[in-house]
Amino acid sequence: MKKETSISKASATKGYLTGKEIRAIAKANKREINRLEKYKNRRAKLSEFTSEMKNDGNILEIEDLHTYFFTEQGVVKAVNGVSFDVPKNATVGIVGESGCGKSVTSMSVMRLIQGPQGQIYSGSIRFSGAGDNEVYDIAKMPVHEIHRIRGKQIAMIFQEPMTSLNPVFTIGQQLDEVSFIHFPDVTEDDARAKSMEMLNLVGIAMPERVYKAFPHELSGGMRQRVMIAMALVGNPRLIIADEPTTALDVTIQAQILDLLRELKDKIDGSILLITHDLGIIAEMADYVVVMYAGRVIEKGTVEEIFHNPMHPYTIGLQRSKPTLDSDSDTLFNIPGNVPNPINMPDHCYFKERCDRCTAKCSGDYPDMIQVSPTHFVACHLWGKEEQNG
Amino acid sequence: MAKENNCSFAGSEYILEVEHLRKCFPLKKTLTGKVTSELVAVDDVSFRLKAGETLGIVGESGCGKTTLGRTILKLHEANGGRIIFDGRDITSLKSSEMRELRRQMQIIFQDPYSSLPPRSTVGGILSEPVSVHKIVPKEQIKDYVLTLMDKCGLRDYYYERYPHEFSGGQRQRICIARALSVNPKLVVCDEPVSALDVSIQAQIINLLKKLQEEMNLTYLFISHDLSVVKFISDKIGVMYLGNIVEYGDKKDIFARPLHPYTKALFSAIPYPDPAVKMNRMVLKGDIPSPANPPKGCRFHTRCPYAKPICAEVTPEYKEHETGHFAACHLLEE
Amino acid sequence: MEELNKKNIPNGTEDTEAPLDKNIRLMSPTRMVVRRFFRSKLSILGLIMVIGLFLFSFVGPLVYTEWGETELDRSGTVEYAFAETTYTVNGTEYTVRQTIETNLTDNFLAPPSEEHILGTDDQGYDIFVRLMYGGRISLTVSFLAVFVITVFGTVLGGIAGYFGGVIDNVIMRVCDVLICLPGIPILLIISTILTASDIDAKYRIYLLMIYLTLFSWPGTARLVRGQILSLREQEYMVAAEAMGYSTSRKIFKHLVPNVMPQLIVQMSLSLGSMILYEATLSYLGLGVQAPYAAWGTMINIISTNNDILQNHLNVWVPAGVCIVIAVLGLNFVGDGLRDALDPKARR
Repeated sequence: MKKETSISKASATKGYLTGKEIRAIAKANKREINRLEKYKNRRAKLSEFTSEMKNDGNILEIEDLHTYFFTEQGVVKAVNGVSFDVPKNATVGIVGESGCGKSVTSMSVMRLIQGPQGQIYSGSIRFSGAGDNEVYDIAKMPVHEIHRIRGKQIAMIFQEPMTSLNPVFTIGQQLDEVSFIHFPDVTEDDARAKSMEMLNLVGIAMPERVYKAFPHELSGGMRQRVMIAMALVGNPRLIIADEPTTALDVTIQAQILDLLRELKDKIDGSILLITHDLGIIAEMADYVVVMYAGRVIEKGTVEEIFHNPMHPYTIGLQRSKPTLDSDSDTLFNIPGNVPNPINMPDHCYFKERCDRCTAKCSGDYPDMIQVSPTHFVACHLWGKEEQNG
Repeated sequence: MAKENNCSFAGSEYILEVEHLRKCFPLKKTLTGKVTSELVAVDDVSFRLKAGETLGIVGESGCGKTTLGRTILKLHEANGGRIIFDGRDITSLKSSEMRELRRQMQIIFQDPYSSLPPRSTVGGILSEPVSVHKIVPKEQIKDYVLTLMDKCGLRDYYYERYPHEFSGGQRQRICIARALSVNPKLVVCDEPVSALDVSIQAQIINLLKKLQEEMNLTYLFISHDLSVVKFISDKIGVMYLGNIVEYGDKKDIFARPLHPYTKALFSAIPYPDPAVKMNRMVLKGDIPSPANPPKGCRFHTRCPYAKPICAEVTPEYKEHETGHFAACHLLEE
Repeated sequence: MEELNKKNIPNGTEDTEAPLDKNIRLMSPTRMVVRRFFRSKLSILGLIMVIGLFLFSFVGPLVYTEWGETELDRSGTVEYAFAETTYTVNGTEYTVRQTIETNLTDNFLAPPSEEHILGTDDQGYDIFVRLMYGGRISLTVSFLAVFVITVFGTVLGGIAGYFGGVIDNVIMRVCDVLICLPGIPILLIISTILTASDIDAKYRIYLLMIYLTLFSWPGTARLVRGQILSLREQEYMVAAEAMGYSTSRKIFKHLVPNVMPQLIVQMSLSLGSMILYEATLSYLGLGVQAPYAAWGTMINIISTNNDILQNHLNVWVPAGVCIVIAVLGLNFVGDGLRDALDPKARR
């Protein structure tokens, strides 16, 4: 690892990589990728990827997750030591700007990171929602075991309802297929009944018609409902919704958000909601995780984050969003932009953009500081001295 | 019919007047080229815009707001109605006559990635319109462009850089600089901040406001984001399926929305405070296809207050309070 | 830098995003493509192959002047024949044995030696030299053909794509018709006509290639039309329209440079196929004819002479190797260019 950082530093001063550096990076990448791919494809006993939950009230515990992308220019640490929990029957929102690693985190939970460049490097993702009382560590699961949970106990809803459905099959065929995959001994009639039930559940008015329709015959909102229905077929305990309403209009967005809220109670599960819209988070989430440049910088309950934000980035994010009742003349903006993901500095990543910098900020990356039982923040402003004083 | 009116508008306080504008796209054609079915993207839209003001056009996808902006700039040929720009009827100008007028009306696009040509430098992109329209003598072009770049918050050594080196916000600044390089009077901003992160959005909006004051620009600001529109606009027009359903001063519209669609739009926006639990008015159903809009009031299929008459008769678009227009049967009582 | 930072104080409208480093310049798009091209070993190999062949064909004859293209080696070999004549004189038989020494003028089918690097062919021409001259013809003809195809295709495809409507329809239907015609049979017919009409063997191949270009431009035209259709929807083209640029400016300054990458790839790939076409034509006896050399003609010999096919590999294998090198090299270059130009690989 050390070798690579020295290479990227040298290149930072020169502007672009020389052929020698590119070859060195490619060599290091190949070594790491081969090691991780081998690990992913190994045959393993059940005991190797089962674990214990730290807290029985949680359905998902992510601890010190690192997901890296080995690119030609160097290692992109898209997720760099992320830890948070998803309690049972709760909605946890991850919020951050583009490139902060919020989507990569969710893809890591689903083990959908595009290999061989993208790899879960280290950390653990403990999931207790599987029906068989086992706690699986998703990060350590070999590839051929993933089917135990993926799409079944954990389901995902994507941002783009236009492209997430296969255009050559009817909605019914695609819904039934999910049943066939997860419940091998299901009959065709059962699968159809299940699909209908799900279409009803997501509030589609004419399920028979939609069942026979092709994706292009449906509007964006309808497609997103179908995607949700598809996610529900496997009776999931955790739904990951990755920007589920970003591609939709506001009036349709309101419908989908209502639907998600109702569903959470109906299926008695949890939702991991990923979005850049603070409004949606405030409305939907019980717990909020704020991410910046691959790290969690603040997490807590929704009241704590919105009424008592502590990290300057969280504060800035909230102030820069124009709201309907603000009357100021200029909008607040956070200066600067997210640092280059390859050459991350050693100090706090937000230092260059922060308006409350202290001398301490040039030091090491700040640790997570516990402010209340549920509220954590990674900022030197709230270090030990301040708390004592 | 336009001819005799042509001069009377000269010198009026309005820089842009749009009367009963209509734009259709053919969907099906017979072999001989006769249009058998069409999509009415903009239908009977009228408004006036004073110099130095900003009109925000809000609406959901498919409501025709982008088409409206482009038709006003004559990037699409209008199928009916009139566009009067700076006292001159430009509806039927030929494209060669339009070319001279183009420098007075400009456009900024949503996607800062596809709106810059990838193979020219920033300097090349910005000086091309200046030299084509002969804004300044040849020797002064570079100085002129550098001043402009400074105004838009671009550093002077960006002059020789290529677009792919920049982030989305900086690209959008280049787009703004390009639009302003020809000293336009009217700028159509077509969702200029929708593709940007929240913190960058704020920078671009503030820049647009600053430039408006400095250069006395008139904006037609198109967006689906009500909170952004509220921040920058003086007047707001709400569009639904090709019609403007409500139009008025920002204050009036936000204080007293008249049309049920406007109300629904307002209440659909998630509020970033968990303590506020809004009594939300959630619209049922989807936006009907603009190729086959409902009869009568186009909103009646989703309107919670729809009456039998709404499905039959198209409501009249008229002034209900001073400067506050709306089209809804409910207001007739 | 300090000054920059001072300027950087956010007053709300300044560019407060991280500025680009003043000293670091990213490469221009063209330079990026070049760099990415040279990053792949295969494309470098291809480039070496192509350049090598060019030097061999065009510079080679200037350096190696021992033999000319149509110069026969008249040093000759001596052939001895034995003849026996029997006379009967007065009942006594006399046998006269004669050795007949024939001085053959041409030194044909000579094995590789110091004098003839690759030996000579069945006529006595130096194969090595003819390989160089043959390369000249093969490469020139295919380059010319590709150039004409590209110009034709770009202009017609560009017109179709930009103006659309009736013009587009007419041009595209013509394309459809041309693509339907079977190439080789028609070539055979034309070649027969050319033979009958007594045209110099040297120019026949050019006439055939003109015909080939007439048939090959639809591919390029379709590519260009498709590109232009998609480019026209790009917002920077709408911006150019909104700027009030003239039509010619829009086409030549904004559209054509952006079609170039795809065109270059298409050109390098179709060069390979043109060389193959030329070789096929010559092999079938439709192209360059003796005494002039072309790679295809040089292989042609095996179709009539079994002895050469089996025992004199030096006569026809080198030409085949040249064709393989040329086509492979051009394909490597084309693939390398395509990868280098692929927008998805952009950093």
